[in-house]
Amino acid sequence: MKSAVILLPGLNRDRDMIAALTKIAGEPPVTVWQSETEIPDVDLVVVPGGFSYGDYLRAGAIAARMPVLQAVREKAEKGVRVLGVCNGFQILIEAGLLPGALMRNASLRFVCREVRLRIENADTVFTQAYEAGQVLTCPVAHHDGNYIVDKAGLKRLQDDDRIVLRYADGTNPNGSLDDIAGIVNEAGNVLGMMPHPENRIEPAHGGRDGRALFASALDMVAA
Amino acid sequence: MVKARVTVTLKNGVLDPQGKAIGAALASLDFEGVENVRQGKVFDLELATDDRQAAKDELNAMCEKLLANTVIEDYTVEIE
Repeated sequence: MKSAVILLPGLNRDRDMIAALTKIAGEPPVTVWQSETEIPDVDLVVVPGGFSYGDYLRAGAIAARMPVLQAVREKAEKGVRVLGVCNGFQILIEAGLLPGALMRNASLRFVCREVRLRIENADTVFTQAYEAGQVLTCPVAHHDGNYIVDKAGLKRLQDDDRIVLRYADGTNPNGSLDDIAGIVNEAGNVLGMMPHPENRIEPAHGGRDGRALFASALDMVAA
Repeated sequence: MVKARVTVTLKNGVLDPQGKAIGAALASLDFEGVENVRQGKVFDLELATDDRQAAKDELNAMCEKLLANTVIEDYTVEIE
């Protein structure tokens, strides 16, 4: 499967994402700059992490209004898989592709550490290589990861099994509602998550727990 | 020209850890009796029009589209 990585000024995890996709898929992703109005024919579009536009106004707010995000929206509507990690998650929320909001961490501190992550739903295209209930170790590095959504919105996420990843073992780093670390859209083809699976794909990272997320999204799961 | 001020604040019920920290800092400076602090953003805009109603409509659209995140924030528009 082919993938694309979206590039915006101020992102800083784009190279890590490109390296992870290249290692796991065996070929590099195409890169698409923010001013592009079309994304090539790919199966997976990734919006990586960082600080697009310096987090001005709100994290992800300005990036979400750039032309390429309209192209991402069109891909998502066609069923193409879209993954947003960290700032990418914030951008997808600001673009209206996922519900809720990501607010300043409850501690008001930037957190950069490892957390425990539970796979709550292993039936999504992004988690099919994991077992439900499996707990991973994965790094987070963010200032605005405190997920919030209104009561009705939370109930919809819970009832439809759209909370795919939760912080586990008391490691919620940001005060996120219901320990939410990652959610999918209604159709299940858009995943936003705060932790960085691209920084947990080889032994030098301390483990390979994040690898299966890309293997899932790229349909590289052994039958 | 129309001069306007847009104020964006968190909706009631949305937790505001920054406001809380500011309140605690005020207390540490011996300002007593500050019961609650909610922080927000102010935007001062100058629009190239003299049509106040059109400006107001435009400003509301700006808030809906960019200046406020209406999931968690309310906004007010004042024209000078």
